[in-house]
Amino acid sequence: MTNSWTDIRNTDLVIIMGGNAAEAHPCGFKWVTEAKATRGAKLIVVDPRFTRSASVSDYYAPIRQGTDIAFLLGVINYCMLNDKVQWEYLKAFTNATYLVNEGFTYQDGLFTGYDENKRDYDRATWEYQIGPDGYALVDDTLQNPRCVWNMLKAHVAAYTPEMVERICGTPKDKFLTVARMISECSIPTKTMTSMYALGWTQHSKGSQNIRTMAMLQLILGNIGVRGGGMNALRGHSNIQGLTDVGLMSNLLPGYLNIPVEKETDLNTYMKSRAFRPLRPNQTSYWQNYKKFFVSFQKAMWGDAANAQNDFAYHYLPKLDLPQYDVLRVFEMMHDGAINGYFCQGFNPLLAFPNRKKITESLSRLKWLVTMDPLDTETSRFWENHGEYNDVDSAAIQTEVIQLPTTCFAEEDGALTNSGRWLQWHWAGGTPPGEAKHDNWIMGQIYRRLRALYEKEGGAYPDPILNLTWNYKNPDEPTSEELAKELNGYAVETLLDPADPTKVVLEKGKQVVNFSVLRDDGSTACGCWIYSGCFNEAGNNMARRDNSDPGDTGAYPNWTFAWPLNRRILYNRASADLQGKPWDPTRKLLEWDGEKWAGYDVPDIAPNAKPDVVGPFIMNQEGTARLFARGLMRDGPFPVHYEPFEAPIENVMAPKIRGNPVARIFQNDVADFATSAEFPYAATSYRLTEHFHYWTKHNWVNAVLQPEFFVEISEQLAQEKGIANGSWVRVWSKRGSVKAKAVVTKRIKPLICDGKTVHVVGIPLHWGFMGRALKGWGPNSLTPFVGDANIETPEYKAFLVNIEPTTGPATS
Amino acid sequence: MNVELSRRGFLTAAGVGVAGTSLGAFGFGDLEVAHAAAIRPFKLVNTMETRNTCPYCSVACGVILYSKGDIRKGENADIVHIEGDADHPTNRGTLCPKGAALKDFVKSETRLKYPMLRKPGSGTFERISWDQALDRVARLMKDDRDANFIATNKAGVPVNRWTSVGFLAASATTNETAYLTYKVVRSTGIVGFDNQARV
Repeated sequence: MTNSWTDIRNTDLVIIMGGNAAEAHPCGFKWVTEAKATRGAKLIVVDPRFTRSASVSDYYAPIRQGTDIAFLLGVINYCMLNDKVQWEYLKAFTNATYLVNEGFTYQDGLFTGYDENKRDYDRATWEYQIGPDGYALVDDTLQNPRCVWNMLKAHVAAYTPEMVERICGTPKDKFLTVARMISECSIPTKTMTSMYALGWTQHSKGSQNIRTMAMLQLILGNIGVRGGGMNALRGHSNIQGLTDVGLMSNLLPGYLNIPVEKETDLNTYMKSRAFRPLRPNQTSYWQNYKKFFVSFQKAMWGDAANAQNDFAYHYLPKLDLPQYDVLRVFEMMHDGAINGYFCQGFNPLLAFPNRKKITESLSRLKWLVTMDPLDTETSRFWENHGEYNDVDSAAIQTEVIQLPTTCFAEEDGALTNSGRWLQWHWAGGTPPGEAKHDNWIMGQIYRRLRALYEKEGGAYPDPILNLTWNYKNPDEPTSEELAKELNGYAVETLLDPADPTKVVLEKGKQVVNFSVLRDDGSTACGCWIYSGCFNEAGNNMARRDNSDPGDTGAYPNWTFAWPLNRRILYNRASADLQGKPWDPTRKLLEWDGEKWAGYDVPDIAPNAKPDVVGPFIMNQEGTARLFARGLMRDGPFPVHYEPFEAPIENVMAPKIRGNPVARIFQNDVADFATSAEFPYAATSYRLTEHFHYWTKHNWVNAVLQPEFFVEISEQLAQEKGIANGSWVRVWSKRGSVKAKAVVTKRIKPLICDGKTVHVVGIPLHWGFMGRALKGWGPNSLTPFVGDANIETPEYKAFLVNIEPTTGPATS
Repeated sequence: MNVELSRRGFLTAAGVGVAGTSLGAFGFGDLEVAHAAAIRPFKLVNTMETRNTCPYCSVACGVILYSKGDIRKGENADIVHIEGDADHPTNRGTLCPKGAALKDFVKSETRLKYPMLRKPGSGTFERISWDQALDRVARLMKDDRDANFIATNKAGVPVNRWTSVGFLAASATTNETAYLTYKVVRSTGIVGFDNQARV
């Protein structure tokens, strides 16, 4: 989230699209209710289902899953044609005025540089026109046909209300009502917030779904302001934290990158990370990259990381592929190229697409280690559970070690919520049996592996032997010790560069925040964006002052928000070019002639003049990008592409199937179906009574929602002769499940490109372990393909068939 | 900085207050006093309170764990009740149907208690000790890493990559566990490293 849960109360209009906050994030959704009650805010829900969020909305519009980009580009087109633009914000704070390279074009669904065989673009032309001074050329009058604004205008012109209706199945009048309501937020004193979740990410163009709304929010001037923003409602309690700390194939903590093979040394690695400003006087904060990188290396390897060895640059693995994401790893596992696998609190047998392939892959492992508080399906993938897990145990040669862990109630530490608050919590209970804390388990695995390398030697042991491990009890590092390492500390006494007689920080002391980190090895910091969380003032994540000065919804003294305890990202954009708040009633910051001050930590240098330095300090431009240059694999502007399995053709570019640059493994091509074989458009979702595959282990939740079901319209039920509550079989080209049918008015057929499209809703909470009745999840049916940029599987739009059947055999 | 606050003292005092004064003040006679004494005492009396947050979605509602026994004193602490934290600015004491049933997760019958091993081809798990489990894990890692570690590419550039073992980390663990996991996994050269963020 750019903002926070409690900030939603400041909004005028909430749009829930790609999520269902009332059911999936109920206590956060309360702030929508608050905004409605106290500010007269309105709520729009756009969803294939009339969800519980929709049931309390002011306006609901149906949409076919996987067509959000067409809808939102339609809204952008509407705003452009009807002069519903926050012009001052747009011109000053976005790249609307920048001139685009003459070689860049778009035609028939593709941009310049497409290579069909590689399923990739040469993105060289996706750039600005650069002047002799090295800065991007701009046209402040927005007259030049090559400026981003005019290029965008031409790009979205095809997305008329009629085209939106044809693609999305949203009736034109409903689309226009939504577009009009949204467009009213273009005035500086009206703000819209976007609340989205997995309904936008789990598509082969998920990143572009989100980007399209971000573009709309910029055009309306809604980023950086109270009650505005792009608010990703993360799915798990600490998915934000795990992402921040970089537990992904291609990341280092704090959104730094694992090197790739061609970056043969630290200098080469840094060369592409100079982040030279693209406009005069801009901050381009990533120019500090090397300070964060070197400080991370120091945290990892201490004295073994020094100037002589490029700060242990070669201790890091170098990637030969963009990333070893989970789809690629399971593809490799399926090919027999993975021998061992760890699942720490993760249940891929129910979480990854095409379960048949996942089962086959796990069966080809030599060994699997699971760590979980619960008895998961993954840890028992080899066990026969009749038709719910029909495997031949004797044929599966995988050794499985199942390790019992503590749960939240038995551990100390911080989780980072969607609003970037790092909230400390304390253990209150004794773990059952011999269950152990993950810190102990990881510590033990490390200590024993290290002992083997000390004793036996082996393949490149240096990064293991030299890993910083200075914990009081080396068998179990405490969460406090680790939090201090995340915050960072002075490796050497830090002197003031301007006056070397002055000491900035004594050796061994905690750094106050990342502003004092250095690239010479004198500071260590595990995750720069978290720096400030546990400094010499103590554990700031444990702060519990719930006062709210100015009644802004910021709660600045409650726990700690990254970065620097900032509560709203890009908050300098809440004020105009003179530094006055766009909306004085929702002031965040104000320029007092010398500095920025207000209710939040300024997201800009405190003395940065408002008419000189742009608010988007992480970008080389200082502005936000409507045109993404070459930073997105599938285009600098979003394009409507159908899901890989869609009930209609791509009406704008009929030759293109799915996202043209999404990675496809050859083994999976035969598993993609057409609508001729599988006519119904399926989607997956959560229920309010369950959390993923955990709560089916709980008696209360199992009682509330005991049994797997699928949801279909009355029309489809009638067509197929399916009675409410009867058994149905639902199958895709990859698998088959049985479920109870819930025949509902919440789903209605859509008319897309003249064709009736029936939607089948499949909730995701059942498996073969726990207290609830045995069942299946949508992953038995979904395709093995991910988003073109980050490989999130396409879970929200795929094709199935459905027929009445008899119930599963009962044992 | 605040530390977690206990309201146990307050509740205990209030409990005494009710029994000692209010009943009398309302004019209860012996029968009513006997009746009041027979009523099960308020279940949260003499419990330890601990501040925590809900482990499900990313709203991260504040919760209070009530336990018999104080874990900070090394006592066995049995969680008897979990409710919303009224001081928390986001949820202000409320919980959803999942959070309200959190105790059932903590106390679930399918909580794991012991390390288990499933041998190749076997149809069952068998209990093993932590030492057996961890030594085995370290040995499996070491043998595979030594056999399959890629130290350099064809051009002779150090790449220090271990691709034949992968690690999925958990989006319900703390940042601190995540960081420790990061350190251990990355120091081995594992690149097949991910968490639920991508799913």
